[in-house]
Amino acid sequence: MFAYIVRRMIYAIPVLIGVNVITFLLFFMVNTPDDIARAQLGEKHVTEAAIQRWKHTHGYDKPLFYNSEKQGVHQFSDTLFYTKSMRLFSFHFGSADSGRPIGYDIKQRMWPSLAIAVPTLLVGLMLNVTFAMLMVFFRQTYLELSGVILCIVMMSVSGMFYIIMGQFLIGKLLHLVPISGYDYGWEAIKFLVLPVAIGVVAGIGTGARWYRTIFLEEVNKDYVRTARAKGLSEVFVLFHHVLKNAMIPILTGVVVIIPSLFMGSLLMESFFGIPGLGSYTIDAIRQQDFSIVRAMVFLGTVLYIIGLILTDISYTLVDPRVRFD
Amino acid sequence: MIRTVIAITCLGLIVSLTGCDEQPRNNPYPRQDELANIYYSAFSESPKTLDPARSYSADEVVFTGQIYEPPLQYHFLKRPYTLEPLTATALPTVTLLDKQGNVLDDNAADDKVAYSRYRIHIKPGIRYQPHPAFAKDAEGQYRYHDLSQQALHHFSQLEDFTETGSRELVADDYIYEIKRLAHPRAQSPILGLMEQYIDGMDEYAETLQIAFDEVIKQQGNHGYLDLRKYPLKGVTKIDDYTYDVVLKGKYPQFKYWLAMPFFAPMPWEADAFYSQAGMAKKNIGFNWSPIGTGPYMLTENNPNRQMVLSRNPNYHGDVYPSEGEAGDGAAGLLADAGQELPFIDKFVFSLERESIPRWNKFLQGYYDASGIASDNFDEAVTISAAGEAGLTKSLQKKGVHLRTEASPSIFYIGFNMLDPVIGGYSDKQRKLRQAIAIAVNMEEFVSIFLNGRGIPANGPIPPGIEGHVDGEAGINSYVYEWKGGHSQRHSLDKAKQLLREAGYPGGVNANTGEPLVLSFDTVTGGSDDAARFDWLRKQFEKLGIQLHVRATQYNRFQEKMRTGNAQLFFWGWNADYPDPENFLFLLYGPHGKVNYQGENASNYASPEFDKLFEQMKNMPEGQARDQVIARMVEIVRRDSPWIWGFFPKSFALTQAWVTPRKLNAMANNSMKYIKLDPRIRDERHKAWNKPLYWPLLLIVLGLLVVLIPVIWAYHVKVRKAAKRV
Repeated sequence: MFAYIVRRMIYAIPVLIGVNVITFLLFFMVNTPDDIARAQLGEKHVTEAAIQRWKHTHGYDKPLFYNSEKQGVHQFSDTLFYTKSMRLFSFHFGSADSGRPIGYDIKQRMWPSLAIAVPTLLVGLMLNVTFAMLMVFFRQTYLELSGVILCIVMMSVSGMFYIIMGQFLIGKLLHLVPISGYDYGWEAIKFLVLPVAIGVVAGIGTGARWYRTIFLEEVNKDYVRTARAKGLSEVFVLFHHVLKNAMIPILTGVVVIIPSLFMGSLLMESFFGIPGLGSYTIDAIRQQDFSIVRAMVFLGTVLYIIGLILTDISYTLVDPRVRFD
Repeated sequence: MIRTVIAITCLGLIVSLTGCDEQPRNNPYPRQDELANIYYSAFSESPKTLDPARSYSADEVVFTGQIYEPPLQYHFLKRPYTLEPLTATALPTVTLLDKQGNVLDDNAADDKVAYSRYRIHIKPGIRYQPHPAFAKDAEGQYRYHDLSQQALHHFSQLEDFTETGSRELVADDYIYEIKRLAHPRAQSPILGLMEQYIDGMDEYAETLQIAFDEVIKQQGNHGYLDLRKYPLKGVTKIDDYTYDVVLKGKYPQFKYWLAMPFFAPMPWEADAFYSQAGMAKKNIGFNWSPIGTGPYMLTENNPNRQMVLSRNPNYHGDVYPSEGEAGDGAAGLLADAGQELPFIDKFVFSLERESIPRWNKFLQGYYDASGIASDNFDEAVTISAAGEAGLTKSLQKKGVHLRTEASPSIFYIGFNMLDPVIGGYSDKQRKLRQAIAIAVNMEEFVSIFLNGRGIPANGPIPPGIEGHVDGEAGINSYVYEWKGGHSQRHSLDKAKQLLREAGYPGGVNANTGEPLVLSFDTVTGGSDDAARFDWLRKQFEKLGIQLHVRATQYNRFQEKMRTGNAQLFFWGWNADYPDPENFLFLLYGPHGKVNYQGENASNYASPEFDKLFEQMKNMPEGQARDQVIARMVEIVRRDSPWIWGFFPKSFALTQAWVTPRKLNAMANNSMKYIKLDPRIRDERHKAWNKPLYWPLLLIVLGLLVVLIPVIWAYHVKVRKAAKRV
């Protein structure tokens, strides 16, 4: 397994370099270093000299990829791309163009994001699987049809509607939990109940329908018929045999997103005042803060690769037929 | 089984219902703070920096204005806005000097004046907030100024430095901050402007850049550049409590800058402390750890969640003003005259990005003040037939106070005067712009898109600023006429007549027969963009002119403006200070955006106007200046480089327990005047937020109703399967 992981990590290096180059190109196609300087210096009284000074201090006065004024390796290393992007490979994120240390911000903001994302994922997964199982249990009955219709209705409603209605009903009308806000430690619970509940409910439609499809595919296979023939109860067959064999597609969808859970949810964090990472990248794009954008894209890529490796590893745990070689 | 489930559910509900007290469950704040003298508010945009040398946005000045104390401040109640001393003993004395440094008469001709010297005396005995940068050990050495990397490892935030100190404010601190405006690390947005005025500032910026590059080479990115070693020609210490600032030529508006945090004091100790290697990585520095002498200090700093300002124990003290403008006494605004400031112990600001939760929490009483978003306008405000704004019945019942004030800002549609079609100064070109100015109905725009929160403009100077004239004398006769006691937009027929005279009868070029097509450049991104653009097209269609809206990304829009590739555009300006110069300079030729990278976005250049501007900017306030301003305004009304747009009006709501105060758009430090009664707030919180549990019972019962057939069906299915076996 170790050799497999090392191999996969080596494969990841060209992917990361490629992503870095593409991010760099896309960002600088839209924003010039002068634009970045103007965004940081504000709109009033900005002079050309001030822009040049800002670029010099922040290292944006270098050429993008190739420095013809330098000699040897410095022709490539004394460039904007090298100085801004290559340090990321050692996870040195540096400072945002506005001056805040990016690593510090990520460490601070990832925990509130996780505080919403993890319970939402776990509770949602359990509820969706159970609901999907029930629909499969009652397949070809009116109950299944009602369940499917309910799922379609729930998935057709916009996420924003769930949030606004949840805040209106539970926070504004019933006064049961704060409408928005966040605190640390146990005090966080009262702020998390509503966003987690809304996240779970909003995900039922899509999740349960998807799992139902997976389970329905399994439920007519020969091993299920054999299990029933052995006299096992339908519940046991579904939760023991069908669920176990349906784990691969479920894991594909779930494990891959686990590492990126801490990237947060823009909408949820925005409406509930959760100080997570959900809006970090979007805000950075709006403020033309390249340092944050490159760091977050890099981190997102790393996490996605880790997610894929974890998914592959988890296959071997649930399916003995899958081997690392 | 069904019975068991129902029994357990009912039991659970009964237990939870009987165990409930009447305390609000939705209170986002700690219960122990219910009766504390704390003011709760929200912010929607995280501040980018709290460094007084850099910070230039309204989101940031909310914090910096309470912490840092420049020498001057705006009188809280007087209008027009009036400067008064804050840490200074009096307003600065200004001495005019010739090239040789000889003192000139106050009335000396502008061309004789080479320098103006501002002498500022500060009050003795003012002390800084407690801060680790001042902490000293038993030997009198600074406790935290020379920390090794190993020692720094034990500190992750400013609060971890347990020892603090303070010292008296001296003139050197003001000088240090003025020097910081040129520090390459500070990247002050006003450096370019100050280089034009403060004697020697331009050379100083170059000197510091060279010195800073050297420091970076030797000490790394976070090296300390001790500004005390680098004298700045135009800023001199006279004694511990007196300093001079020498400006090139005359710049009477400089006094207003002395009321902004850019000119607040900064102790060298803070710079030495924050510049240590490793501090920036821990986010400890000027950007996020302000150090001042003001009534409050920042005690919690999480711009992604909450910012807390607490009372500064070393505050030198101040009192509520005992005089204001006429009518303030009758309005109860002088009731607290002479009382010690500040009134509030702590300000808690929570990040609230979305307007819906922010508004709902205000209605629940969890925010003490609120603005009014467009979505909530109808819920909060009613406009009477006379156009007066009032509160809705539901807010009146809650005891909410509404305050309104015209902001010292203007939003306008500019014509690019360099454009061959829409620009220019010929009679025909003027008439084309005047015709458009009549057709674009700003009253309608304000009503549709701003819920009436704006005053259609007759010129560039907003209400409350010298040179603004109300009533018949103040109307723009090229767009309005005075009828029946109020101004009325000229008829569309008049606009069409002007268009004919301009050579475009019916919106068609009389020479070529081609329809007149104009382009309007703007930044895209607003939720009501489509509606706004449609409305604007219709205004031009009234004259038969086709308007092509070119909505673009912000950078491209700015580039078009810099290169003069726009015809019409939407633009705005918020005043730096309450002087007409700060609005009229937007039309001063040598400030043209295309040719001089200045703030004159329409690139308007009129020799007559420019000459009057140069005369006006150095004149003392008074009738003579007003006459010059009136002539300038008349010139630009005739030339119409802008469709004058509107002056936005601020609407602010405060809860019943907050003492109503006057809005002050210029004062940065107005929080020290806020007062509230926490007992009333606590009572209202309890009355307005009683938890309702019975709907939960209904929901659970509803779920049971759904579950029962499911459970029944489950049993039937299992039994059927058993029978089959």
